[in-house]
Amino acid sequence: MTLVLNNVTKKFGTHTAVDNLSLEIPEKEMYGFLGGNGAGKTTTFRMILGLLDQTEGSITWNGDTIGYNKSHLIGYLPEERGLYPKLKVRDQLIYLGKLRGMTKQDALTELKHWLDRFKVPEYLDQKVEELSKGNQQKIQFISAVIHKPKLLILDEPFSGLDPINVEMLKDAVIDLKENGTSIVFSSHRMEHVEELCRHLCILHKGRQVVQGDLRDIKRAFGKKNLVIHAEDSLEFLQNYPGVVHYKSVAEGCELQIENESVSQSIFADLHNKGFIRKFDLEEPSLNDIFIEKVGASYE
Amino acid sequence: MNKFWIILSHTFMSRFKTKSFLISTLLTLALIVGLANIQTINDTFSGEDEADKIAVIDETNTLFTPLKQGTEQMNDMMELVQVTGTEEAAKDKVKDGEYAGLVTLSYNNDGIPQAVYYANTITQSGHQSVIQQQLQQIKVTIATQEAGIDQAALVDIQSPVSFEKVALDETAKTDEELNQARGIVYIMLFLLYISVITYGMMIAQDVANEKSSRVMELLISSASPVTHMFAKIIGIALLGLAQVSIFVGVGYALISSKKDELTGGIFEFFGLQDTSPSVYIYAVVFFILGYLLYATMAAMLGSLVSRVEEVQQFMTPMVFLVMIAFFIAMFGLDSPQSTFVTISSFIPFFTPMIMFMRIGMLDIPTWEIALSLGILIVTILILATIGARIYRGGVLMYGKSGSLKDIKKALALSKKD
Repeated sequence: MTLVLNNVTKKFGTHTAVDNLSLEIPEKEMYGFLGGNGAGKTTTFRMILGLLDQTEGSITWNGDTIGYNKSHLIGYLPEERGLYPKLKVRDQLIYLGKLRGMTKQDALTELKHWLDRFKVPEYLDQKVEELSKGNQQKIQFISAVIHKPKLLILDEPFSGLDPINVEMLKDAVIDLKENGTSIVFSSHRMEHVEELCRHLCILHKGRQVVQGDLRDIKRAFGKKNLVIHAEDSLEFLQNYPGVVHYKSVAEGCELQIENESVSQSIFADLHNKGFIRKFDLEEPSLNDIFIEKVGASYE
Repeated sequence: MNKFWIILSHTFMSRFKTKSFLISTLLTLALIVGLANIQTINDTFSGEDEADKIAVIDETNTLFTPLKQGTEQMNDMMELVQVTGTEEAAKDKVKDGEYAGLVTLSYNNDGIPQAVYYANTITQSGHQSVIQQQLQQIKVTIATQEAGIDQAALVDIQSPVSFEKVALDETAKTDEELNQARGIVYIMLFLLYISVITYGMMIAQDVANEKSSRVMELLISSASPVTHMFAKIIGIALLGLAQVSIFVGVGYALISSKKDELTGGIFEFFGLQDTSPSVYIYAVVFFILGYLLYATMAAMLGSLVSRVEEVQQFMTPMVFLVMIAFFIAMFGLDSPQSTFVTISSFIPFFTPMIMFMRIGMLDIPTWEIALSLGILIVTILILATIGARIYRGGVLMYGKSGSLKDIKKALALSKKD
């Protein structure tokens, strides 16, 4: 059940929201969609769901276009959360579950199971408007997964949650993936994507600037991060050849360097800089890659 | 189709269970029960009233008796009492409330009766005019007698002429039929007017609610916006049907239980007794089509709104259309043959009311009815197609909405480019 987007373009009048996007989302994978505000993530999701028609290109899932006849296989957590405020959680999710092809009984059983898992079984007969925002989000999440979808689209699933709830939802997402659900998920929180996704793409102004396997992306990026904690001033590194960024911190500095070999020459030049407590060569973070790639196209 | 029913029944039930629905249904029921019992209610309140006593000072000594007879015959809530004594004393009694009024009768110089009516206020014009009329009649009698005309001749003079209206066109409606038709047309126009506005508003509000609570995006990812839109329209239609059935059911039961009292009365007035069945069939057809036309419009307008508070504003153009149709139809009741009415009966937004009114009042050739129905159905289909597209784009549109220009934006959103 591979989801394939092939040269997909979406124009709103003269504005191009998504520009020639091609990607392949393998089955049982969690695929990360990164991008700033207005990068075209939500528009892409809406096209995958068939809420919007693409101007050009094709979107297929396992070779077929996605229509409403497949809606029982697809789960969606929209970025703009929305439930009926005046409806009880029970009635609400039975209705939404039925719309996804479930029977009333199945929907209720699943709902109870999820409420237990999220440790909020008492919400079953409460109105959604009476719940806190974070708890509403749990209900919203349940509405996206209650029918055990094969393809799950999560638009910013963790925004607005406290760290404990983020962990709870993250665990749920990982379980779903392990049980065979393909998950597409967007975020501007790099660490979430880094933690959860093996494959990802970065969108900027509708264009995809990075795409592929996270490890390959990092390898291809080349640049590394170097953290040095030392007693003496390290300011000479500011203009050191091969140093891209220099950031002074309380105990020393954090550098971004051209490639691994730069670290070795820095290491050699540190012998007379007093006591070195830390010398740490790190892989670049997704954050660095994002800033560089998206930042570059700003210029 | 399955999803259609799920949405339909959800729309129906969630409205059906609300307090406002319950209250409005009960209020209307109370009104119906009240109307059916209006005779009884009227009797209860007026039965214990005593007749108003009106004092009369008769200086002529001859006028009082015929005036009392005539007046009390015309209005049994009035009683004339002859008083003696001064005018001032009688006036005081009027002020004290012992008498409702005081009439002084006299002859003028020409021997013609004249009267002055005194009362605390002269707002009770009913009493005054009855007395005035009777006095006038007495005057006429006296005057004719004095002129030497005998009673028999007088009766001849006063008897009304015979004036009968006969339509030469054999199929044209008789005067009696017209009155009956007017009743049923009136009821149907009113019902359509109220239903379209009430249930149209409900649809628009429902759509706007789902949009503003942002649940809409979830819904249309499960079922197509078109399914959603029509499930809503039909769901509310069934709700309306349920409500109207309750009213009609209760109304019918009440009527059956007091048939004897009511025959004649209100029923004759509305012409419900012997209207031809075809008028009822047309009433149903035009009602359904009229509802569909306006409901589709309402759903479309509702889909453009981002916040529930804006529903009213967006519905205004539609409400105006309905009102215009209603007023033209009302005007047409008096002159159904005017060109203006004929033309407007073919304008699809007015057809349900005006064409039905013409069918009720006139004898319309079948082709005219067929043509107007055709135009109406085509319009509904076009509106449904465009409406569905606007709906599809509209439900994804948020932010400042303010004008009908949003229609263009919504159409653009649902298009491929």
